[in-house]
Amino acid sequence: MLTTIKRVILAPLTAALMILSAGAIAEYPEKAISYVIPFGPGGESDITARHQQPFFKKKFGKDLVISYKPGGGGAVGWAQLNKMPGDGYNIMGVNLPHIIVKPLQKDVGFKTDDLALIHMFHYTPDAVVVNIDSQFKTLQDLIDHAKKNPGKVTFSGSGKGTANHLAQVTFDKLAGTKTTYVAFKGTGASVTALLGNQVMGQWGYTSVGAKHSDKVRLLAVAMEQRHPRFPDVPTFKELGFDIVSGAYRGIAVPNSTPEDIRVKLSSLIDQINADAAFKQKMENDGFALVNVDYKGMKAFMEEKRKGYAAAAKEAGVIK
Amino acid sequence: MDSLGYLLAALTPYHVALAIGGVVAGTVVGSLPGLTATMAVAVLIPITFSMEPASALILMGAIYTGAIYGGAYAAILLNTPGTPSAIATTFDGYPMAKRGDGDLAITLACIASVCGGLVGALFLLFLAPPLANVALSFGPVEYFWLAILGLTLISALSQGNLLKGLIGACFGLLLSCIGVAEISADVRLTFGSQTLLGGIETVSALIGLYCIPVLIDLVATPDRHLKVEDVSRGFRLHEALDISWRSKFNLARSSVLGTLVGILPGAGGSIAGLVAYSEARRSSKQQQDFGHGAPEGVQATESANNATVGGGFIPTLVLGIPGTPPDAVILGALLIQGVRTGPNLFTEHGSIVYVFIWGLLLATVLMLPIGLLIGRYAYRSIVTVPKALLVPTVAFMTLIGTYAIRNSVSDVAIMIVLGVLGWVLGRFGFSASPIVLGLILGSIAEQGFVQGWIIGAAADDLWGQFFGRPISVGIFAFILLSLFSPLLLSRFRVKRELTGAD
Repeated sequence: MLTTIKRVILAPLTAALMILSAGAIAEYPEKAISYVIPFGPGGESDITARHQQPFFKKKFGKDLVISYKPGGGGAVGWAQLNKMPGDGYNIMGVNLPHIIVKPLQKDVGFKTDDLALIHMFHYTPDAVVVNIDSQFKTLQDLIDHAKKNPGKVTFSGSGKGTANHLAQVTFDKLAGTKTTYVAFKGTGASVTALLGNQVMGQWGYTSVGAKHSDKVRLLAVAMEQRHPRFPDVPTFKELGFDIVSGAYRGIAVPNSTPEDIRVKLSSLIDQINADAAFKQKMENDGFALVNVDYKGMKAFMEEKRKGYAAAAKEAGVIK
Repeated sequence: MDSLGYLLAALTPYHVALAIGGVVAGTVVGSLPGLTATMAVAVLIPITFSMEPASALILMGAIYTGAIYGGAYAAILLNTPGTPSAIATTFDGYPMAKRGDGDLAITLACIASVCGGLVGALFLLFLAPPLANVALSFGPVEYFWLAILGLTLISALSQGNLLKGLIGACFGLLLSCIGVAEISADVRLTFGSQTLLGGIETVSALIGLYCIPVLIDLVATPDRHLKVEDVSRGFRLHEALDISWRSKFNLARSSVLGTLVGILPGAGGSIAGLVAYSEARRSSKQQQDFGHGAPEGVQATESANNATVGGGFIPTLVLGIPGTPPDAVILGALLIQGVRTGPNLFTEHGSIVYVFIWGLLLATVLMLPIGLLIGRYAYRSIVTVPKALLVPTVAFMTLIGTYAIRNSVSDVAIMIVLGVLGWVLGRFGFSASPIVLGLILGSIAEQGFVQGWIIGAAADDLWGQFFGRPISVGIFAFILLSLFSPLLLSRFRVKRELTGAD
């Protein structure tokens, strides 16, 4: 008897609650979303997030509020992500290979699997960059020179255990060369070293070619197909080296965030990616869009993890 | 459009309003320890989306230049650099304030900042493309030697006790190693603690080492914070202009040095201030006054750090390489607006660049009245507010400011620990400046050394890499001069006295 009454009262209540919560999801986002970049302002992670900012506002009517939590090459931010409220209004940028390589090196306060990854929205493909007056006209020129002078070809790049560094290691292995990698603090410093002729080339990104198009030449890009901005630059694959790599960027949420919000958020990011104007802007800056949504994340990460872990071991970054 | 047209475009009421608003906001932000120019500019980016590129640049440039000047207030009145650029301002500014000349110091700082800002902006206006190459001529080794040159300043700062200065600097160098290493990605000296993972943030260390000891002393002693005169003396503008005119060479030299250091992407305002300070001290006839309230010290630092604003824009606009951290943010904002930096910017997009540079000059000139007014207000409130109110307010601000830098509680904990440590060390005669110098210059020296070594080893020419490059040799000569000139000078003097006695 009592249970029937309970049922009678509870049923509409539950129904109402369900409708309410469904409504809440349908309206997500209801307010501004805090978007934390675990790096300093002015870097590529910042700039790509800033590219998303106006499109998010235009499409969904709410602000993306960008703030920074730099330190430890992103580790400080990621270690704190899961302590934030999981209400869908706290999201954080994530970068590959960082979130895979860092926890393998040492205890940096988070594990790769701890991060609730939502969507990977773009990557900056690795590229071999030389000055416009460099003696190396093609990648083959560089390989020939490196074979004759083992260890003498110097490359600048951003950091160690990073996309640039791992690409250099992989390339040396595939091409049978021995080159010297000089790590700099960020891509900006590594480009400066290249432009100032402190090094012979740079393991940089396609974005470097876009930003300094009057001063540098790309010899090859690490993409499946040629970059639309650089139709004349071959891919490594065309030249016989199986390298498709770069710095992937995406979004993660605290692991307490409900499943439905995660799915919704992934679709929001997806809609921005689908915008032709956004695509145009990103490609103009030398970025390349990818679209790994929430459902496809697991398989994507499995694949990347194997590749990066092997390269990092090869590079001596992890034991 | 000719240059007059650009000037007129910069003088529209809208741009003047942006410049005034920017300088006021920047000065306030800069005066609060922990809130930096970089942060102020980053917060503004969404607002600039809807602006014309030139207007956005004027606003960001005005905030930036105001913030660099505002850093002087806390440095002079509280012995705490509001921004890292103002570190060397504390050396003489605070002693001046202690003896009752805080108002004079602030007015001097304002005049010097305007001078430096103008020199930097004029270099940007007339010589940007050729000067941008300075940024490229500095390789890892040059940065290494520049950092070592900065470290030689310890001998000047340790005030009679070189050994304690060196110990302090070594401690600072060790602090700079903590956390994930910038280049090798090794995790060092964290002792397994996640608090230390992000390393010691420079600004929070500055707040801890400089401000906390002042606060503890304020509580521990019954005296007033600063000596006050009963009669109001206004801005003491006349007196300040007099002093400034007398040290015009100092101002000019410091401004040029500041511009040049500003062009170097790896250096920035703090190093510009330190280099200009040590040069001012070295070439002064009253060396013994430095560190005890010499106006030249404040003038050198403040003109140099404001000159880095214009200097830093040179590689930013010409090469797309940010000269200073705030420039990196501004560059990002331009990129989002679809503006490509490069030499073309000056030839094809004059309406952006030249309007901006005139706007920056305008903002710098406006800084004189605005800076004097805000400075007077800051001085008044710090001097007249009772201690019981001053200490908790400042203590609260240090906590908020430290947290705000990286949104990090760890930084607050580190700041407090360093502050207490700084106070204890101060009791034993160790001053904070050598520690800070080690902390700031340590990572620059380390990175430059490691990169230089790798490049040199790859070319089989380590010796040539470190000692064979013209700029390196030049800086190295300065290091020797800076290290041995006191020794040689005193010997010279002794000799002269001896011969005079004959």
